[in-house]
Amino acid sequence: MAFVRWFRRHLVVIAGLLTLGYLLLPNVIVTVFSFNKPKGRFNYQWQRFSVDAWKDPCGVADMCGSLSLSLQIAVWATLGATLLGTMIAFALVRYRFRARGAVSSLIFLPMAMPEVVMAASLLTLFLNMGAPLGFWTILIAHIMFCLSFVVTAVKARVMSMDPRLEQAAQDLYAGPVQTFLRVTLPLAAPGIAAGALLAFALSFDDFIITNFNAGSTVTFPMFVWGSAQRGTPVQINVIGTAMFCLAVLLVLVSMAIGTRRNRRKA
Amino acid sequence: MTTDNSGDVRLAGISKTYGSFSAVHPLDLTVPQGSFFALLGASGCGKTTTLRMIAGLEEPSTGTVHLGEQDVTHLPPYKRPVNTVFQSYALFPHLDIFENVAFGLRRRGIKSVKKQVEEMLDLVQLGEQARKKPHQLSGGQQQRVAVARALINHPKVLLLDEPLGALDLKLRRQMQLELKRIQTEVGITFVHVTHDQEEAMTMADTVAVMNGGRVEQLGAPTDLYENPQTTFVANFLGTSNLIKAEVDSGSGDEIVLKAGDGKLTLPKARCSAPTTAGGTVLVGIRPEKISLTHADDAGEIPAGRNRVSGTIAEASFIGVSTQYVVDSAVCPALAVYVQNVDRDPRLVPGADVVLHWSPAHTFGLDAAQDIDAGIETVEEEAA
Amino acid sequence: MAVVTEAPPPLTSTSPDKPPRRRGRWTPYWLLLPGILWLVVFFALPMIYQASTSVQTGSLEEGYKVTWHFATYWDALSEYWPQFLRSVLYAAAATVLCLLLGYPLAYLIAFRAGRWRNLIMILVIAPFFTSFLIRTLAWKTILADGGPVVATLNALHVLDVTSWLGWTSGDRVLATPLAVVCGLTYNFLPFMILPLYTSLERIDGRLHEAAGDLYARPFTTFRKVTFPLSTPGVVSGTLLTFIPAAGDYVNADLLGSTDTRMVGNVIQTQFLRVLDYPTAAALSFILMAAILFMVTFYIRRSGTEDLV
Repeated sequence: MAFVRWFRRHLVVIAGLLTLGYLLLPNVIVTVFSFNKPKGRFNYQWQRFSVDAWKDPCGVADMCGSLSLSLQIAVWATLGATLLGTMIAFALVRYRFRARGAVSSLIFLPMAMPEVVMAASLLTLFLNMGAPLGFWTILIAHIMFCLSFVVTAVKARVMSMDPRLEQAAQDLYAGPVQTFLRVTLPLAAPGIAAGALLAFALSFDDFIITNFNAGSTVTFPMFVWGSAQRGTPVQINVIGTAMFCLAVLLVLVSMAIGTRRNRRKA
Repeated sequence: MTTDNSGDVRLAGISKTYGSFSAVHPLDLTVPQGSFFALLGASGCGKTTTLRMIAGLEEPSTGTVHLGEQDVTHLPPYKRPVNTVFQSYALFPHLDIFENVAFGLRRRGIKSVKKQVEEMLDLVQLGEQARKKPHQLSGGQQQRVAVARALINHPKVLLLDEPLGALDLKLRRQMQLELKRIQTEVGITFVHVTHDQEEAMTMADTVAVMNGGRVEQLGAPTDLYENPQTTFVANFLGTSNLIKAEVDSGSGDEIVLKAGDGKLTLPKARCSAPTTAGGTVLVGIRPEKISLTHADDAGEIPAGRNRVSGTIAEASFIGVSTQYVVDSAVCPALAVYVQNVDRDPRLVPGADVVLHWSPAHTFGLDAAQDIDAGIETVEEEAA
Repeated sequence: MAVVTEAPPPLTSTSPDKPPRRRGRWTPYWLLLPGILWLVVFFALPMIYQASTSVQTGSLEEGYKVTWHFATYWDALSEYWPQFLRSVLYAAAATVLCLLLGYPLAYLIAFRAGRWRNLIMILVIAPFFTSFLIRTLAWKTILADGGPVVATLNALHVLDVTSWLGWTSGDRVLATPLAVVCGLTYNFLPFMILPLYTSLERIDGRLHEAAGDLYARPFTTFRKVTFPLSTPGVVSGTLLTFIPAAGDYVNADLLGSTDTRMVGNVIQTQFLRVLDYPTAAALSFILMAAILFMVTFYIRRSGTEDLV
């Protein structure tokens, strides 16, 4: 009886933790199988423990090349989308202009569009224009679909900013440029950072749009896709595990710095 | 006071329209150097827009703004020798207190700001808090930072936009005196926007009461209170009893009016309405100027006083005074405040009484106005 | 500041300064120009190209010409309607599962996690940093034939029921609709949890106390107060799950079989292998129209039009 009551009170916690388990299970598998030594070409069945793959993460042909290409594209796409998206977000929040509704729709639509549709239509454009598929077409596509997400993230932040802060800066002898650099930009920074982070993650992990518009260029997700047909090297799991750990570590460190700074100030 | 008038604020024919809506009707106003000037009115009356036009944050639709001899109408805010204490302060959340206060100096290219900022922070008793962020301070402390951040620039004019609105009542009273002290010390012109009539009257030398984009009346607080010219001012500043009366005769310095069966007298100088015989005038009297006598003692009332008889409807004991509501034939619900010196135990609801007051305290207003103007707005603001 | 000022006011004095500033009349257009141009050229224009491609005839060797050949649409629909149907069904099933699984976790983070809140948030987001393809491949291991998961389901006779329903076949989970829906659910679950959490977190905790004070039992409180207030999160979460799921072909390819192909697979094959551009464009156009129609209808019904 007491157990039933306990169970009912904590039902939502139990259900939530089960979902969390469901979310994390594949990462556990990826990590465990990064220490596997598979017999055949595929790394789906546990054979025996080995750290071979960790010792030689770039031991697979073309994998690290594709990884570095993906990182390059993600960096440039993040820069491009963040710059263009931040400008749009400021225009949308701070100014009145004609065709506002049309602009908002144009920004909303890419987020409400299945990736495969954007991928296919962009490919028809490139084919019609006779553009050579490769690095540049991938970059163009990535900036395009990251843009809307950056706009949304930055817009939310700029909307919550008190316009009086900028007026106060102007009142205190800061001209337009100074006001922007000293007040507007620092205040909008968290939104811009969130947008940039999102753009980086979306670009780095994108497969569908890239697969359509890459030509013979191979990004890291495309390498993984290809290996799923030809044979999955353990090194894929090594990269996946390393990125997961790196991300968690970065977040924990930045959080620790944040708490320490707050404590010092209080 | 010196003859220097560089801190004068002169508004000439200044107005602001948004599309077809007039926020401020053409307005002439001069605020002399060194004065503490209050713009008083309910929300939406145009007082903040007027202030923002002085600051340069709004561009006037017509007219000019002068600071002393300089025309600043088209100067951007960052080129005007004017600083503002914003509503809810607008302190920069990403900068600490020191950097907030130093902001204006640094923008003007002053390198060594440390000494000035520290002196300023000591002046507002925040020397210890220099390295804290704004959100770590209390409301009162934030308010002082906002004042320090503006004053450190030695502006010709300091503009205050509802600076005490976010503080609780006790702190607000304290800060009113503090601001008044600072103003006297530094001698800068202060232009203060508020909806709180007590705040305006406590702090300012001159008050302009605004309503619907126009200045209703301008003057010293006592003058506005004792001799309001419109029903809005009469009702918005404190409480007034307004009685509709007909002009009977207007001989010499006094006007005699008929209200119901009785007669009321009013000094001609205190009547802002036309007084042709047979016309209507609103007779005004402040609740605390009225004396209350039980009907049985009506004979003891000295001659020459204005009298109205009625019945007590409500009595509420406030402590320092008792507030009565008296129903009378000439006017329902007259308010009367009686100091609790010798309380007459017969003055309870239902008692018949005579209200009487000196004709010198009476004022007359044009009856063509809305008799309730300014009443509701006050209640809304209080809510 | 945002208002573009009207005609300059008449100067009543001879001001030594420049004429009145026109605050940023053109600024918004300069700010918008590059980004909007990018979207027009690389998002809107391709849609038009695609629409035109879908009504072209010809061959790869001889080139394509616009012949207003609308029959392509009819042919595509009549040949690939099972894949369309599958896309909608799988995406709908995955969306419902995401909502059922995601809500408790979002609720847990918002109201019950206490000092664990940040850690759980990190754990929800961190998997994003491992490529989703690698994580999807992990499901091949988890659902492997004869593996612990399948063995357990088999022992509990769950697979008998799902086989009878047509969701699995025999002793296998891999290469069945169940595996595809499971993969879709897994992949898009964070897109459900995050908006749900955002709207739950905004709810004032005192509302729960107020509901309890007014005689609502915990479940009634949830039904009458919490859930209605989280509707914006539910709406954007279901959209963020359903739309990409309906267009996905990765899960169907990696975890499914030829019997679980979705419309995304068809478009991909037509475009990249068969090189039948008109059919691929028509399919993609139909998918886009269907999704836009459903989304518009859904947003109207749920009455939250200001999602973005």
